[in-house]
Amino acid sequence: MTMKLPPYAQALGIEAGRDDDGRIVLTMPFGPHVQGRPNFLHGGAIAGLLEIAAFATLWDALGEEDERPQAKPITVTTDYMRGGRERLTYSAATISRLGQRMANVESFAWQESEDKPIAAARLNFLIVRS
Amino acid sequence: MPPDQNDIIAIREKLTSGELDPRAFFDMLNQHSHNGLIGVQYVANADNWVELAIDYDEKLIGDPKTGILASGPIISLCDMASGMCIMLTTGKFFQTVTIDLRVDYLRPAKVGHRVTGHMECYRHTKSVAFVRGYAHDGDADSPIANVTGTFMFLGPQ
Repeated sequence: MTMKLPPYAQALGIEAGRDDDGRIVLTMPFGPHVQGRPNFLHGGAIAGLLEIAAFATLWDALGEEDERPQAKPITVTTDYMRGGRERLTYSAATISRLGQRMANVESFAWQESEDKPIAAARLNFLIVRS
Repeated sequence: MPPDQNDIIAIREKLTSGELDPRAFFDMLNQHSHNGLIGVQYVANADNWVELAIDYDEKLIGDPKTGILASGPIISLCDMASGMCIMLTTGKFFQTVTIDLRVDYLRPAKVGHRVTGHMECYRHTKSVAFVRGYAHDGDADSPIANVTGTFMFLGPQ
């Protein structure tokens, strides 16, 4: 896909692709730059990945880069469910509602199986249409 | 290189012997791992709170159009400060894991400004610690984000 990810996503090594259903799925390889306590992913890096998955999914729904409205996160709640291990991490998001002024997005991160998420985030965005 | 088991043992000894030095702790972490990427720096602490900061850095930008930092680094900052303020409050070295962390963005951080995260542990039980705090970009009376979180102890180490 051609979506350009922000510098922070590049710093984390995140890449965006699509699965067979056309859904945007991000990948984040493990490395020292995303490590927290020994042998585990940093919670902040996981939160960063979840946020970028939410943004990418929302941008995709909002249309072309030059024309799309701005999306500003207002609240971000991250739930940590399992420790992230030293391996590739995936993330995808679902838009619960996209209105004129607000968007509600749920984002998940997983490693070996999507059925076993390591973390989830709920993000409420303000949509600014010029 | 990430901190190895010997580093962890050395930190644990310092913390359990009452020589908890948050500055030395974050100076060490700042050379490693995710903290090194975002550049977490120690600012100040008391017996139940700690303040950490990150400098503005182009690689942490979340929106290239505005140059505003992504929220990931701010969450990382507050997450790290939370873990430390819990240790300061309990006076013991616990491995803590984040159960949840909520960030309310009150306004965007100013481009080019250093971001400071202030977190305090206001309550803890045998197994859970509760934290609250804020992030600001120069004026603590005008925070950019309000943060609350819960953490679980993995047990005395």
